[in-house]
Amino acid sequence: MGITRRGFAKGTAAIAGAGLLTGMGRAAYGQARPKVVVIGGGAGGATTARYLAKDSKGAIDVTLIEPTKAYYTCFFSNLYLGGFRSLESIGHTYDKLASDFGVNVVHDWAVGIDRDAKTVSLAGGGTVPYDKLVVAPGIDLIYDSVPGYSLEAASLMPHAWKAGTQTALLKNKIAAMREGGTFAMVAPPNPYRCPPGPYERISMVAHLLKTSNPTAKLVVIDPKEAFSKQALFMEGWEKHYPGMVEWLPASIHGGIESVNPETGEIVTGLDTIKADVANVIPAQKAGRIAEAAGLTNENGFCAIEPATLQSKVDPNIHVIGDACIAGDMPKSAFSANSQAKVAAMAIRADLTGSSKFPPRFSNTCWSLIATDDGVKVGARYEAGEDKIASVDSFISQTGEDAALRKTTYEESVGWYEGITADMFG
Amino acid sequence: MSGVRLCVLGIALAVAWAGSQLSAQARDELVVQGSKLFRQCQSCHQVGPKARHAVGPYLNNIFGRRAGTLEGFRYSDAMEQAGQGGLVWDEGALSRFIADPSGVVKGTRMKFRGLKVEADRKALVAFIRQHSPGPANIPETPPTAPVHASAGDPDLPEHILSIAGDPAYGEYLSSECVTCHQASGEDKGIPSITGWPVRRFVTVLHAYRSKHRENPVMRSVAASLTDEEIASLAVYFETLE
Repeated sequence: MGITRRGFAKGTAAIAGAGLLTGMGRAAYGQARPKVVVIGGGAGGATTARYLAKDSKGAIDVTLIEPTKAYYTCFFSNLYLGGFRSLESIGHTYDKLASDFGVNVVHDWAVGIDRDAKTVSLAGGGTVPYDKLVVAPGIDLIYDSVPGYSLEAASLMPHAWKAGTQTALLKNKIAAMREGGTFAMVAPPNPYRCPPGPYERISMVAHLLKTSNPTAKLVVIDPKEAFSKQALFMEGWEKHYPGMVEWLPASIHGGIESVNPETGEIVTGLDTIKADVANVIPAQKAGRIAEAAGLTNENGFCAIEPATLQSKVDPNIHVIGDACIAGDMPKSAFSANSQAKVAAMAIRADLTGSSKFPPRFSNTCWSLIATDDGVKVGARYEAGEDKIASVDSFISQTGEDAALRKTTYEESVGWYEGITADMFG
Repeated sequence: MSGVRLCVLGIALAVAWAGSQLSAQARDELVVQGSKLFRQCQSCHQVGPKARHAVGPYLNNIFGRRAGTLEGFRYSDAMEQAGQGGLVWDEGALSRFIADPSGVVKGTRMKFRGLKVEADRKALVAFIRQHSPGPANIPETPPTAPVHASAGDPDLPEHILSIAGDPAYGEYLSSECVTCHQASGEDKGIPSITGWPVRRFVTVLHAYRSKHRENPVMRSVAASLTDEEIASLAVYFETLE
């Protein structure tokens, strides 16, 4: 457990250092510690805050602004729907970031960014000054991209695309579904958070219903013609849930025209589907704080410099994770975590003169199809001048033997432990 | 590792990095060039959000698709047979076809003399590639930048095993490893990599790099690491208990 002792020692030093500097540092040395503010405590933001605090050993004053005290990871939330995890097991707090690494964790909403004054304003009042700002708000949903859908409708047709109460609501609705009922998903258009996510969710809901409600049906009404890991999911649905799952691409259903949250109806160009439980996942854009600060482009996401994740609009701001346009990197927790380390290194080098190594980017997305049947896709990337480009990739194969699929699933469980430790300490 | 050595390593990395930047820029130029070359295809083929079948099939989402399989278009028997015979439109297949359509698929209805200059074909294919899903939305789609050749040998020569790694650089590189591997040494689902003797760590990573070990995540990670980087990781992880 060497790293635990190391982490504790570093955290202690950071806190001691902070005390020294706030007490006498400015007066004695005539300069304050540089301030970095991180907006958003997910895979991108929490990792950036932790690495900045850990690696600068107290030389940088790190503030993390995150409204929720208990953060539920979107990754593995499908496994909660499938009955493989409890909701508690995907919940995390920021306690260790504060106690072991000296991060100032502020539980509030960032509602405005004044780029000239270099301050962030909070919903609870007050402003926080920064030298460098990291914007990692994740996604926001474009509710009206599906006519008839709205923020209010999300209580009747949960999107569950941000984990927590929405996920629990969807799970309760599935549990209460009538015998032989229909679970219908309106899948999102590209680009969206977690490309294989909707299809893993279908697998998990099918897994649950196969036992509790075996005559139930699942329908995916997709605005797309193809999706990630398509061959693997379709093979898995045929194998584990024969006759239960129907996937309809746009060329079949002719387009999603509207939904009616009161009746559960989903109207397409071809037909009206009556859902007993509807899971509507609308189009997505960068979290609204990014938009409010003028960091987004016409597509609703933030253009960045590939090697540093600096905003193309403002070099004092780095945008990481789902909110940024990361070239070939998909919107995934793994990608955000990878980008966070590159951004943290670039920021630290700018503020403290520490070494700046070439950026390294990678991603792996695991999906669970059924008990002990896990698949994965991954790639490595390089920072080019205009985008982060994929240079190498791999994917699980159809027809793999059960032992390999079991190992892949176990690997994903190990990864969950690894990345959450890497985010939250 | 001495300061001088680290500096040399840093320069080598910076050079390698600059190389990859150029390749991205070159790629973007290719696409622009390809869009101009596509004008000679436009009388038969459409791309983009409003693309429909015309004299020829539309070319959206063509990458990775088996030849002659798009619904709503009547292909020649020759094209359908080529698809049944295993012709899938990847970069190489498209380039060969564009070079000599009737030579590659004998009996195709596509009457085109062929684009003989390889650089032109590259540009045209790069442009058409933009109208198929990219890895950001479907991560398993083919890489968009050249894969760097990797070399390695499971029976490692002494000069590789004895490279002196730099623990500080290893600590930096390790931030990527600990996304999956526990820095605490826990080994649930994903093996522990802390406290290994340096030579064993180096041998295993080289075995992934030379594809003598199976795990594709590790093959991919190892392929991106130089001998010096592997040595630096090894010496860093050896210090973690």
